[in-house]
Order: sequence, then structure tokens, then C-alpha cells
Amino acid sequence: MDYTLLFVQTLNGLQLGLLLFLVASGLTLVFGILDFVNLAHGSIYMIGAFICASLTLWLGNFLWAVVIALPVTGALGFAVEKLVARRLYEKDHLDHVLGTFGLILVLETGAHLIWGPAGITVPLPAWLDGQVELFDGAVIPSYRLLIIATGLAVAGGLFWLVNYTRLGMLIRAGASNRTMVSALGIDIATLFALVFALGAMMAGLAGMLITPITTASLGMGGQIIITAFVVIIIGGIGSMKGAFIAALIVGIIQTMGRSFLDQGFEFFMSENAAETAAPAVSAMAIYILMAVVLAFRPQGLFPPKVR
Amino acid sequence: MPKLTRNGWVTLIAMATLAVLPPLLLWSGQPFYMDLASRLVVLAIAAVSLNLILGFGGLVSFGHAAFIGLGAYAVGIPAYHATWGGFELVASYNGLFHLALAIGVSALYALITGAISLRTSGVYFIMITMAFGQMAFFLFQSLDVYNGDDGLTIDIRSELPLINLDDPLQLFILSYLSLAAAMILVKVIVNSRFGMVLQGAKGNNERMVTLGYNTYLYRLVAYVISGTMCGYAGFLLGNFTTFISPDMMHWTRSGELMFMVILGGAATVLGPILGASAFVLLEEFLSSWTTFWHLPFGLMLIGVVLFTRGGLMGLFKGRGR
Repeated sequence: MDYTLLFVQTLNGLQLGLLLFLVASGLTLVFGILDFVNLAHGSIYMIGAFICASLTLWLGNFLWAVVIALPVTGALGFAVEKLVARRLYEKDHLDHVLGTFGLILVLETGAHLIWGPAGITVPLPAWLDGQVELFDGAVIPSYRLLIIATGLAVAGGLFWLVNYTRLGMLIRAGASNRTMVSALGIDIATLFALVFALGAMMAGLAGMLITPITTASLGMGGQIIITAFVVIIIGGIGSMKGAFIAALIVGIIQTMGRSFLDQGFEFFMSENAAETAAPAVSAMAIYILMAVVLAFRPQGLFPPKVR
Repeated sequence: MPKLTRNGWVTLIAMATLAVLPPLLLWSGQPFYMDLASRLVVLAIAAVSLNLILGFGGLVSFGHAAFIGLGAYAVGIPAYHATWGGFELVASYNGLFHLALAIGVSALYALITGAISLRTSGVYFIMITMAFGQMAFFLFQSLDVYNGDDGLTIDIRSELPLINLDDPLQLFILSYLSLAAAMILVKVIVNSRFGMVLQGAKGNNERMVTLGYNTYLYRLVAYVISGTMCGYAGFLLGNFTTFISPDMMHWTRSGELMFMVILGGAATVLGPILGASAFVLLEEFLSSWTTFWHLPFGLMLIGVVLFTRGGLMGLFKGRGR
């Protein structure tokens, strides 16, 4: 076993996990407080990436592009909430799923119309394009370290926001009893819209951060949304802590599965069989994990107390 | 002679139209509409199967497309090995074997995923069925033997006794009769004691449990029946398109199936057929009009969810009920 590779892959898994958390936290926040299933969350992740990519090419500066694209994505989330999502809260989960499925088609075709069918590649600024040697042989692109740092900072900020601020107090109160909060004179509609916009901003941020590594492309939203759902199912829908831990587990399993599973399989099957089986099993690994978790704990690992 | 209700008449007229119109169009030199009708009928079978658990059982399965894919690959994989060698155990062109495989595999998959999924309820159930569907999608996508993402072409259709699936008319008739059988089966199930328990559990699960019914078991049986029917639709679809790919199992396909059921009217016998018809015709009409047909389609989907109640079947309900 190559321990340097193992270390580097763990960091890669951590980075993927943190990006997943950024997407999943918005989903779980919106579900926790609004009881609303939002399939279109992945589309907002994609649109955030496209807005940032366009701005980067236009301004020539990735960081400024992120700074401007964040509120724009938040505004988009706000608009989506006002125009469509709000009207769905009263209905059942089946209607949420179908309505937001329609929203996906609208948003993705909209992005297709605006940005065309091809993806946008974003160059990194020179000072982020290098590599860092953490210790002997363990070389990591510095941009990936930045993603990890940003992800941890946002997760910490979110934790602080939800647990130690007035807005967070209202969010928690709204999640446990929205009628009561509303009766106490809080404008619950605006609170909901803000929560929705916050979730959209975090999903958008994840999309922006991943773009320089991959590209901004039309299919990216559909890919991440399912993984994000797996994360919040494993963690317990509505639980922030659960989403964080499950996101890291899923991120690390996905990264490790791709790089180490074939070696592991070679212990007990032929090299040929391992080469066929490993990709198949690693593609299914997180779903198998989800099935195992749900078989023992149908409410996920950390079910929220009030529900 | 039993007197037909209004719904009964609508069903009779709709099914008669579906039976007569496509062959007429075929004979008047419009084979394209025959194709469209076959696709419609096969998708309608899948929608009918989903309706059994979604409409009557209240179990929102978001992974039903996986069954279609499994049924289609049950045709494609044996045919592939019969042509190119390898995997002697399944290599065959025999349609009855394909059929048995499609039904067996979908039933087994439904039993395993259902046993786990049905432990959850509500939004968990929606998401876990969706995730299981994606699991099947990614499994077939990662199988390089069967071209992964690019899919398989079926060179030789299933060989069945008495029926030649290469003839579009015979394929249509088989699909049509299957659809009629599926509708009758669902009607019989729904009106049986089993169906009553299933619908009772949809209305109030705790009450049924308190009355002494093991609703988990009832639901699991319904889930397996539904999945197997959908696998059968996949068997037909594989033979119809002669091209199969993991894309058939993608979660957006499952979403489209759900849309058909809701658009037509959930928990009605004819609803899924109306929904599938509307879906296939709309898709055909809109995509011939613009490549960006998903945009009006998505807006319509949102509109249906926000402003309609009871789907297309709701239109046929009398006033003042």
C-alpha cells in the first residue's frame, strides 16, 4: 500500500466531501425548515458555475467573479422561491418532486439557451495554479487546499449562523414550529425566502469552486443532486451535522473506490475479474452504503429531534 | 348487461381508438405513427405498473425506470452473447427465455430494493427509490463489456413462438394486448381484498396496522408486482427500439413516468394511458417544433402541478361530486 497516495487521496476525498456538503447543506436546511424537496437544487449549482465562469472570462479574475456571482446566485434562489417554490409548500412531496423536476427542465434549457451546449473551462489565476509539497512526496495542487479551507470555513460559518445568531434562532424555531414563530410576529415568508437563497448561494459556491477543476457544463447539476440526496439520506434529512459527516464519508468513499478498489479486489479474485468488478462496485458503493445505513436506521444516522 | 359508468365509456372509447387508429394509419402509408403508437403503448404499460403503487398504494417510487432498463437488458445481454460469444449461461435468442429473465430479474431487484425502501416512508422513500434507480444506472454505465454509456444495439429481436417481433404490426398487437391485460390486472388487484388493504394503508397506515394487517408485507408484494410489470414493459421496449443504454434507467426517465401517472390521473385505471399518450404526443410535437422543447415542457409540468387536480381523468368527472 502506498501511504503517500493514500494521504493525497484522503485529501481529495475530503475536498469532494466538503463540496458535497455545500450542496447538501442547502437541501437539508430547506427540507428541515420548509419540509420541501427541491430537485432543482442541482440546477442552481450548475447556474452558479456558469455565471462565475462567464464572469471570470469577462473580468479576467476568478476571485472577483466568485464575489459577484455569489449574490447573483442568491438572488436567483430568492426569485425561484418567490415564483415557484413558495406555491408548492402547501402541497405534498410528490408535487414538490414533479414541480421541481419541471423547474430543472426550465433552468437547464435556459442555461442551454444562454451559454450554449458546450461547457466553459475556467483558467486558474497563476498564484493558485501551483502545487504544495506537504511532506516528502505528498504533492497537492494548492487550489485543492483552498477548496478544503473554504469548505471548512463555510461549514463553520453555517454552524455559527444556525446556532449563535438571531437569524439562526429563527431558523431553528421555524423548523420546529412555524405557526408559533409566525404568531410571534416574525415575517415567516421572508425568513423562508432567505433560507432558500442561502441554500442557493452555498450550492452556487460549490459549483463555482469545482469549475476550474472540471468545467461548467449542462449535466453537472443532475450528477451532483443525486449524490447530495444520498448524503442527506445517510445523514438524516434535516440534520446539518448529519449532512456534514455523511458528506465527508461519501466523498472519501467515492475517491477511494476509484483508486484502491481494484487493488483490494485482486486479493481474492483474478486481475481480470477485478478490473471488471471494481468500477461497477465503486460506482454503486455509496448506494450500497445508503442501503446498509437505512436497513439499520431508517431515519439516517443523525435524525433531527423535531419532526 | 352491466351498465357502464361514465369512466367506463371513456375507457372503452380511448382503448378502441388506440386499437384501431395505428393500424389504419399504417395501412394508409404512415408507418411513423405506428412506431409512435407502439412506444406509447409500451410506456403506458410502465405507467400502469407505477400507478399501482404510486396511485393506489401511495408509494411514490422515483426509480421505476430501472425496471424498464433491467427488462430491456434481459433482452440485450443474452442476444449480445448469442451473437458475439461468451457467458454461455445466458447466451440465447429465445424470447421466452428473455421474458423469463426480464421478469425474474425485475422481481428479484424489486424484492431486494423494496424490502429496504419500504422500511422508510414519505420523503425518504422517494429519495431512496431514486437512489436505487441511479445505482442500477451507474452499474450498467460502468459495465464496459456492454459498451457502458454508449449502450447496446440488439441485432436480432427475441424469437417467440407464433409471433414475429420484426413485424411492427405484430409487435404493436402484442404490446396492446399486454397493456389491456395490465389494466385488467390492476383493476382486479385494486378491487380485491389485497387492493383494499393497500389503499387503506395509503389513507391511514396506522389504522390498518392497528386493525392487524402487516401493511409492510402488502406493500412489498404490490411493489414486486409493479416492478415485474414494469420489467415486462422493458422487455417490450428493448424489442421495439432494438437499442438499449443506461440512459433508459436515468432518474429523469423515472420522473417522466411519474409525470405520466400524475398528468393522466393517479389512482384511476385509464389515467396512466391518457398520461402516457399526452406525454408521447407532446414530446413528439414539441421536439419537432424546437430543440429547446424541454423549456415549454418544463413550464407545462410546473403548471400541471400548480393548477390542476386529478389530472386528465379529472376532466371526465361529472360536476357536483
